[in-house]
Formats: sequence, structure tokens, C-alpha cells
Amino acid sequence: MNDAAALRRTLLYVPGNMPSMLQNIPIFNCDCVFIDLEDAVPLNEKDAARLLVRSFLEGYKERNKEIFYRINPLDTEWGFDDLRTVLPALPDGVRLPKADTPEIVERLDTFLTECEENLGIEIGKFKIIPSIESALGVINCIKIARCSSRVIALAFGAEDYTASMGIERSKTGEELFHARTRVVWAAKAAGIQAIDTIFPDVNDEESFEKEVRLSKRLGFTGKSLINPRQIDVVHKVFAPTKEEIDFALEVIDAILKAREMGTGVISLRGKMIDAPIVKRSSNVLKTAASLGLVDYEISDEVIYGTK
Amino acid sequence: MALNSLGRYVPETFNGIKRTPYNSEALLTPQGNEYSRPVKIVRPGERKLLSGLREAIIASGLKDGMTIATHHHLRNGDFLLNQVVKEIDALGIRNITIASSSVHPVHAEIIPYIKKGVITSLECGVNGPVGEAASKGEIDCPIIVRSHGGRARSMMTGEVVVDVAFVAAPCCDEYGNMNGYFGPSACGSLGYSHVDARYAKTVVAVTDNLVPYPVCPVVIPQTCIDYVVQVESLGDPKKIVSTTTRVTKDPIGLMIAKYAAEVIRASGLLKNGFSFQTGAGGTSLAVADNVRRMMLEEKIKGSFGSGGITGYFVDMLEEGLFQTLLDVQCFDLRAVESISKNMCHQEISADTYANPFNCGAVVNMLDAVILGATEVDVDFNVNVNTESNGYLLHNTGGHTDTAAGAKLAIIVAPSIRGRLPIILDQVTTVTTPGENIDVIVTERGIAVNSKHEDLKKELIKAKIPVKDIHDLRKEITQITGVPRPVEFTDDVIALVEYRDGSIIDSVRRVKE
Repeated sequence: MNDAAALRRTLLYVPGNMPSMLQNIPIFNCDCVFIDLEDAVPLNEKDAARLLVRSFLEGYKERNKEIFYRINPLDTEWGFDDLRTVLPALPDGVRLPKADTPEIVERLDTFLTECEENLGIEIGKFKIIPSIESALGVINCIKIARCSSRVIALAFGAEDYTASMGIERSKTGEELFHARTRVVWAAKAAGIQAIDTIFPDVNDEESFEKEVRLSKRLGFTGKSLINPRQIDVVHKVFAPTKEEIDFALEVIDAILKAREMGTGVISLRGKMIDAPIVKRSSNVLKTAASLGLVDYEISDEVIYGTK
Repeated sequence: MALNSLGRYVPETFNGIKRTPYNSEALLTPQGNEYSRPVKIVRPGERKLLSGLREAIIASGLKDGMTIATHHHLRNGDFLLNQVVKEIDALGIRNITIASSSVHPVHAEIIPYIKKGVITSLECGVNGPVGEAASKGEIDCPIIVRSHGGRARSMMTGEVVVDVAFVAAPCCDEYGNMNGYFGPSACGSLGYSHVDARYAKTVVAVTDNLVPYPVCPVVIPQTCIDYVVQVESLGDPKKIVSTTTRVTKDPIGLMIAKYAAEVIRASGLLKNGFSFQTGAGGTSLAVADNVRRMMLEEKIKGSFGSGGITGYFVDMLEEGLFQTLLDVQCFDLRAVESISKNMCHQEISADTYANPFNCGAVVNMLDAVILGATEVDVDFNVNVNTESNGYLLHNTGGHTDTAAGAKLAIIVAPSIRGRLPIILDQVTTVTTPGENIDVIVTERGIAVNSKHEDLKKELIKAKIPVKDIHDLRKEITQITGVPRPVEFTDDVIALVEYRDGSIIDSVRRVKE
């Protein structure tokens, strides 16, 4: 799958030390999960949680969503053990906390390559989502976004970021504006996705929805979540409108006809349709299909043609 | 022992009476006339007000071997049944049958009187300790579990003859007119008592709120009431209708509720005139919440909401989403308040609500009902009576009646409860036959009864995760493993009646 086009609107944190929550991962309707071995897990449960997550993933054969897991930072005593224990159970990738510099990400990249060689699997299978969650991380995020081909998205983390700034996080998030924008720029410039921070007050649905609307307007492609109740709100906000869907269907129809006729250049209602428009249309249809708004399976061939 | 059509062994005779094994959901055909009680007279100038419960028991002529009844509108706050049983014991009366509309944990106080022989059988289902004691073999007291409609039927046909009914009356006058709307023990609808007032040989109104004649509005009239007794208190108001009925916040419950609401929409029933019933559980209310939003969005005007009524349904009535509420029992204070003020919030009797043997009960007019389960099986049979430990802990309520009557009966249940799988090869006890159940909704998938292929297709089209019930069971037991079955002795402690009185299952004593 072309990674930049993968649907990652909702990325739900699930505590790695709670079997009752882990067992529900297959049934949540989010696009991805972050199984957490870091903040959610108390110090005296770090090793048990690691083993639990590994055995859960080994039994979760029919994966119906992307599985990332958040390891402990690499400079802690747990970070590498988290990698060694869980990677053989083949998660899709790692959310790397405190990814303040490209060097930290490169260190993880090297380790992942070694693991892939040892496991005899394709190099580059394990993806990385660096957490941009400090002033330093925000400053470095442009380099971080491009430091490894494994980095498929940047995830902004406002709780640690505000702590590193010595400021309070507000519900309206004015204090986050600049950092958010920079993370989105860095991601977009590198051609990867941008994931917005969690919203901590599960019971305040109204403010949450406002924040999701803001995330979407700024260019974020998805949001980290702390409760399954938040999933549907994000999907609703990120849902394409009927006009967007109709236009996308027309674009895809036009490009299919063009490919049949063997021409690369196509036009729709007298306007040139180029690759970015096709790509956007394909994203609209994927999102719409995931919500049951259209009955349309789109293949990468449609977007990029056959060689 | 006879084998019924669901493959359950049920006794041919129980508590000295010949029983009919359940054969099909098609219902037996009733024979003969309605039971009728003796003709009465209260002459001008005669008074009904007696000085206390004991005097009322004496006046009623209650003797060894007779049957009494109370209602359970005061639920776990009820004082009356315990008081009556104590007085009966004090008068030296023995071998009494209780045919109340339900027995609750608060009535654990009657267990010593069962051991003593004051109470020797229960013509009603039980919630909590009494059932547990029977399941453990601590008491010897045959129990017949009936649905709300089944109880009304059994009194109408005379299968159960109540000699003396004690009706807790939250608002009552000295001539016996009553309602449940006002007073310290206000409980709203008195739906279950209407049949007692009509068929019991003697009816005693018991009140803690005696008001000047005449009570207004009259819900149960003076013409049915033999005696009136004033007591200090009918119950603990904190426990009467105090259940906080709120939409669940549990993500799994919410997911189940969302699916259930989508099933209703996909069924095509959600249109003008829609009628609906749910229980008071958090997940059921979440279904109602989803349905409410759909109705508002699509500007649908429903016809009625029925059953046990919650504040949630009152809101829907006031928003114009229902024309009327048909209320056999109020689940919370908001419902109590509404029934006392709103003409469109109507009280109905258990007979009108759910009796299979009349000219048509309200349940027959229901479009969709949301019901719970302690277990379901691959034949869609549902158990609400016994728990995974084999104990008889819950009464049937309106489960079987509404499942049978409604066009769409949906069971909502989490797939796993306390490490135990909810979908089994065979339920421990059949409360409601699979023939009456249309859809089972869990967070791991939705199973549709094979008699509804069209609905199944619609659900698949709407991208609802429909699964074969056998696959769903397998998926769940892969997580939980298969629990070791509870072991039972051969002693039958209770029978579970289907609506028509045929025996759908028997409950045996647990091997401890």
C-alpha cells in the first residue's frame, strides 16, 4: 500500500498492561492503535506488559487495523527490551516518544533494521511514528520527518510539549498553534502524515469536536485518542461531503477512461486533472468507503497507472 | 420427565399439578371462561378501614394452605411483603403460597419463614437471595417463574387463585380508591396490581398516605377493594424507584448500542408510527439515545413507547417522538412525575401489557424491543433467569412477552462478562425461546436468526458486522476458553413457564 495514502484518522491509545482492553482491539473501529508501554504502564509492570502485548499480538492473526506500539524512550532501561520482546510478534511499527532529534530516530531505525534481518523479514517493514513533544522536538521536526524512510507520520504530543514549555494547556489550544503548524509543515514537506495530539477531557465532547475541526483545518490527517468514545467524532469530522465524494467519483471515472484511451493528460469539464487531484480524490473515496458512504474499492493502479 | 420441543427435560407433574411441556411459540389455545371471584357487597354505612395488617389478615379469612400476593412496584424498597409474612406467622397460619408479581433481594427476610413452613411455595419468579437459597438446597419451596403477561394469564384462567392480595397503595382513600402517583412511597404506575384487584378473592389496600375521599385520579377503584389499612411506611423511598437510569459511558456498551440502533434502522421499522421498548440498563438507554437521534434527524414521529418507563422515554414523549407512553411500571422518579401529570403517559395493567390470553396485548403492537441476557445460545435461546453459577437469581419480567410480541426482538449483550463467554452451545436455562429472538448484538458481531434472511442482507448492505452465530461463539471462546459446566442434581427447584403456561425449562438444584 502507498503509505502516504493509508487511512490514519483515528489512532487509539490502549494500555499495554490491561488484558480486558487489549482483547477489544480487534473490535474498535479506529484506523490504528497505539498499544502503550510507556506512560500507561506503572514501573513495576513494564516487563509483564511487554509479554502481554507480545502474546496478544501473536494471537491476533486477522489484523483489521494498523498496530503501532509506544515503547519507553530509548534512553530508559526499558526502551530496547520493549523492542526486543514485542517486535517478533510483528506490529506494524513503533511510536517513539521523546523523538527530539533526528539522531534518536536514526538509532531506532538502525535497531529495527537489525531486528528485521534477524527475523528474516522485509527491511523497512517496521514503521516509525516519532512523537514531537518538546520545544526541541518542534524545532527539529523538519529534519526528523525526513531522517528515515520508516517515518510515515509525525505525531504531535501537547501534554509533554506544554510541560517542556512550562505552560498550561487550554481547551482552545492557542498556545499550541505555532507548534502544531510547524509539525504539519514538516510532515507535508516530507510527504508524510501529521497526527494531532490527544484531547484529555473525554466527557467534554463539544470542545473535543471543536479541536478535531481545528486539526482538520490545519492539515492534520488524524488524531491520537485516549478513549474509544472519541473515534466516531473524528470520523464524522473527517468525513467528506457529498459534493466532495461526487467530484472524486467523476475524477476517478475520467482517469479510468483516459487510461483506456492511452492518454496521460485528462480533463474534466474543461479543466486539467493532474496527479495531485487524482490522489486527493482517491483519498476522499477511501475515507468515504470506510464510512460506508460509497461502495467503491479503489486500487493504487487507478491512482498511479500500471507500469 | 418429558422432553419439550427445545430438548429440555421438564417434569410432567410439579408441586402436585400436571404440567404441559412447551411445544412451540404458536401458543396454546385457551379453553373455558375467565376465572371469576365471588360476588361482593359493601352496604351503605359499612367501613373498610381496619386498624392494622393483622386485623386485615383476620378479616380476609386467610387460612392454612391459601395464597397471597403483593406487587413489586416498590422494588427493592418494599416493606409490605415482609410485614405481611411476619403477621401471618404471628397468627399461626402455615403452608402459604406467595403469588406476588416478583420477589426482590429485600425479601430475603422471608427465608426463615420458608424454613419454618409458613411459606411453602412461590407462584412467582424471584430476584436474589430466595432463588439462591433454593438453588443451594437451603430451602424446600417449589417456584414457578412466570413472565409479566404469564402471571396475568395464570390469574385470569384461574391456574393461580389468589385468596388475599395486599396492594401497596401510595395514595389511597378510606374506601380503597388508589393511585401510585403521590405520597412518600409514590411509585407511578400500579400496572401489576390491576390483575390482583380484579381476580383476587379478597383485596386489601395498604397505604402510608391516606387521603380524604375520593382519590383523584382513581387508578384502581373502590369497587375492587375489600379493606383498607394504614401503615407507617410502605417502603424505603430511596430504594423504590431510585435507580439512576443513565446512558452508559462504557465504550463496549456504546458500541453495542450503536449496532443495535443501526439494526433497527436497517429493519425498515423506523418510520412514522414506530413503537419501541427498552429496559433501564445503561446499554438499553444508549440504544434509545441513538434511536432518538435518528428519529430527530429523520423527523420521525413514533406511536408509543411501552413497558417499564424511564425518564429517557419521558423526554422522547415530551419531544414529540412518541404520541403516548404505555406504562406498566415506572423505573425512575422522572417517570413517576410524568405519569401523574401527562395525559399522554398512560398507565396500563399487566394484562393489557402482555397477557397472551386476551383480545390482544400491547406487546403485539410493538415494532422493536431491546432486551438483555445473562446467556444466549447458538439456537438463539435466551437465559435471563439463572447466572453462570447455576443459581436462580432473576425474574423473567416482560422478556418473553415482548420478544414474542414485537416484530423485531433484539438482544444486546457484551460478548464476554467477567471472563465468561455469553454465547454458548446451550444456555443453562431457557427463559425465552430462540423462535422469539430475531437478532443478537454483541460488540464482536451481530447474529441474525436464520428466519430473517432479508434483514441479514440489509444489515450486510449497511456494513454492520453480521456473523454466523456459530462463528461468533467460536471467536468468543477462542478468547475465553470453554468454562467448565455447572453441575446440577436431579432435584427440580423451579419451573420456567412460557407465556401460555407450558413449561419451557426447569431449574435444578446446584451440586455444591
